[in-house]
Amino acid sequence: MTEAIQGSVQGNPPRPARRFGSIALQIAIVVVIGVLAYGAITNVVQNLARAHIASGFGFWNNTAGFDISQTLIAYSASTSSFGRAFWVGLLNTLLVAGIGIVLATVLGFVVGIAKLSRNWLVARLAGGYVELIRNVPLLLQLLFWYNAVLKSLPLLRGSVTLPGGGILNNRGLFLPRPQWGPHFGIVVVALIVGLLAAAVLRRLARRRRERTGEDLRIFWPLLGLVVGLPLAAFVLTGFPLSFSVPQAGRFNVSGGVEILPELGALVLALTIYTAAFIAEVVRAGVLAVSAGQIEAAQALGLRSGAMLRLVVLPQAMRVIIPPLTSQYLNLIKNSSLAVAVGYPDLVQVFAGTVLNITGQSVETIALTMAVYLAMSLFIALLMSLYGRATAIAER
Amino acid sequence: MKCLGTAIALAMALAFGTQAASAQMLAAVKERGELICGANGTLAGFGIPDPQGNWTGFDVDFCRAIAAAIFNDPTKVKFLPLTAKDRFTALQSGEIDVLSRNTTWTLSRDTSLGLDFAAITFYDGQGFMVRKALKVSSALELNDASVCVQQGTTSELNLADYFRSNHMGLKTVTFATGEDAVKAYESGRCDAYTTDSSGLYGERLHLADPSQHVVLPEIISKEPLSAVVRHGDDQWTDIVRWTHFVMVDAEELGVSKANVNEKLKSDDPETRRLLGVEGQYGEPLGLTNDWAYRVIKHIGNYGESFERNVGQGSPLKIVRGLNALWTKGGLQYGPPIR
Repeated sequence: MTEAIQGSVQGNPPRPARRFGSIALQIAIVVVIGVLAYGAITNVVQNLARAHIASGFGFWNNTAGFDISQTLIAYSASTSSFGRAFWVGLLNTLLVAGIGIVLATVLGFVVGIAKLSRNWLVARLAGGYVELIRNVPLLLQLLFWYNAVLKSLPLLRGSVTLPGGGILNNRGLFLPRPQWGPHFGIVVVALIVGLLAAAVLRRLARRRRERTGEDLRIFWPLLGLVVGLPLAAFVLTGFPLSFSVPQAGRFNVSGGVEILPELGALVLALTIYTAAFIAEVVRAGVLAVSAGQIEAAQALGLRSGAMLRLVVLPQAMRVIIPPLTSQYLNLIKNSSLAVAVGYPDLVQVFAGTVLNITGQSVETIALTMAVYLAMSLFIALLMSLYGRATAIAER
Repeated sequence: MKCLGTAIALAMALAFGTQAASAQMLAAVKERGELICGANGTLAGFGIPDPQGNWTGFDVDFCRAIAAAIFNDPTKVKFLPLTAKDRFTALQSGEIDVLSRNTTWTLSRDTSLGLDFAAITFYDGQGFMVRKALKVSSALELNDASVCVQQGTTSELNLADYFRSNHMGLKTVTFATGEDAVKAYESGRCDAYTTDSSGLYGERLHLADPSQHVVLPEIISKEPLSAVVRHGDDQWTDIVRWTHFVMVDAEELGVSKANVNEKLKSDDPETRRLLGVEGQYGEPLGLTNDWAYRVIKHIGNYGESFERNVGQGSPLKIVRGLNALWTKGGLQYGPPIR
């Protein structure tokens, strides 16, 4: 053993015999695990068949027969299959997770940096928020927000009409549905071109700053590219956008885009909860930047905003990204609490309703777990790529 | 979550265990000394603990009847509250011996779950409950309404079918438990609440102001509520099935909890066979010959259990209707004991 360690310190690989033994052992363990897993799976299939419990994924194409309250793709109770219901649930989960991740990151960064503020009140408020939210279980917070949101919204009779044609009541927030005109594709293309041009401009500005130290004020040109270019295209193609306004009926509001109160409560609860944890992660990252960096930045005359943006955060990201990834994964998994408020996410629709109707608990739960695993691995991959891309090259 | 736990238990049992052989349920229950029964836990009149913590209800009494038949003691039952989502998994994995939880008998449940529906204890149908203030007198006026329903029940499927076949728009709001669905209905989140008609009467009692809510007249489906057992143990299925039938036969013969001791001295051959005075009708089931006597003495006959839990002797006040004896125009019919 000592020889091997000394050998690798000096840069020599361990002796061939040792290495062969180690590889053989690893292969043997993998084979044993594989045999066990195969045996377990065939045993499950045999036992299910013997107990006359249906197994396999034959149910995938059967008609679902039940309604889902929020569907981002076309879905009908009478013609859609269980497979389609799976995709509807998955898209709902991705929607909640996506909105939650974005909002929680923004709020978390703000609160984390606020906690480090020299303003006594701001720092204490942020600290109080973190301590309170971190220590109450998420399910309770979710039920609190759901009941608070629902109870404070008016009944259908007393719906609030928003400027612009929206309607707000306890069935949801109904916004005018945009309807695209004939040349809207050009506006989309203009938007993409604007975004790319803005990215290029930022890169050029940063390179110039690194070379000459001159900090170009590019905020307005960036805004012009990202917003002005599509806006110009919009005007030039003749305003290809109209809205269908929601109408209140006897029981419900029809027309328009419907945002369920369940979605609002879930996003609110997930954002506030995860932001408390992200705030601590950000604070840890900022504190990890050595004090010498901050003193040097102050000596250079950088104000605190620029110092944060240019010196502290880039170095802090190295420490922030791994725990931040964990918080994102937690948020995705916590979104399965949608069951408690009746939001039709993947667990509620597939591992709930479909499981109960078909009775095939083993397959549905296994597939749901595999989906969550895939989502989490994907986010972790994205974050590690981001971390590697923004890593500071060490000398 | 409870459902995940029972599903994993089922998966482990299936992966690493062998299937239990048949005709062992009764022996296992006797050895354990008590029956484990899957119950609702929140449905008034059918399966709910009272303020002192004792379980009461129509389905609860049925499990107590089985325990009385086996142990001559209706208290030797443990009740496990189950949601609509995990009731079948709990039965499949062996966590409970019998499921008595207002469960509808359907083809898919009977054939693809490895379960048997032993006996229809309550003939029910699905209905709607709305607020009186909506001034709705028929379910056909509910076009584009929001309806709260419990997830994974036949109610969810029948609701979609009914609205589709009547060309009405529908917004469903589903919840994991019936309680959550009723709470959402009460808060005004949805216009109507739908479940089995018997459940509607029970849930209405728990609302803040029951007189503000009305049950609409339409019954949109058949819901034969039945006790459920696992495939493979015919003797156990027979015990559960015939416990129900002796209660029905007892009501038909006029044998009740009050007069069962006198009826032991009766001359009527059917009564003598029922109560075990004549014949050996307990041994093939693995029980004593007076097992039906035990059931009637501790629980009473079908009509008594019905009236006590969901009928005129209870706050629900459900009429016998389809659940009357076949001699009185209903559907409850017990095959002869001979």
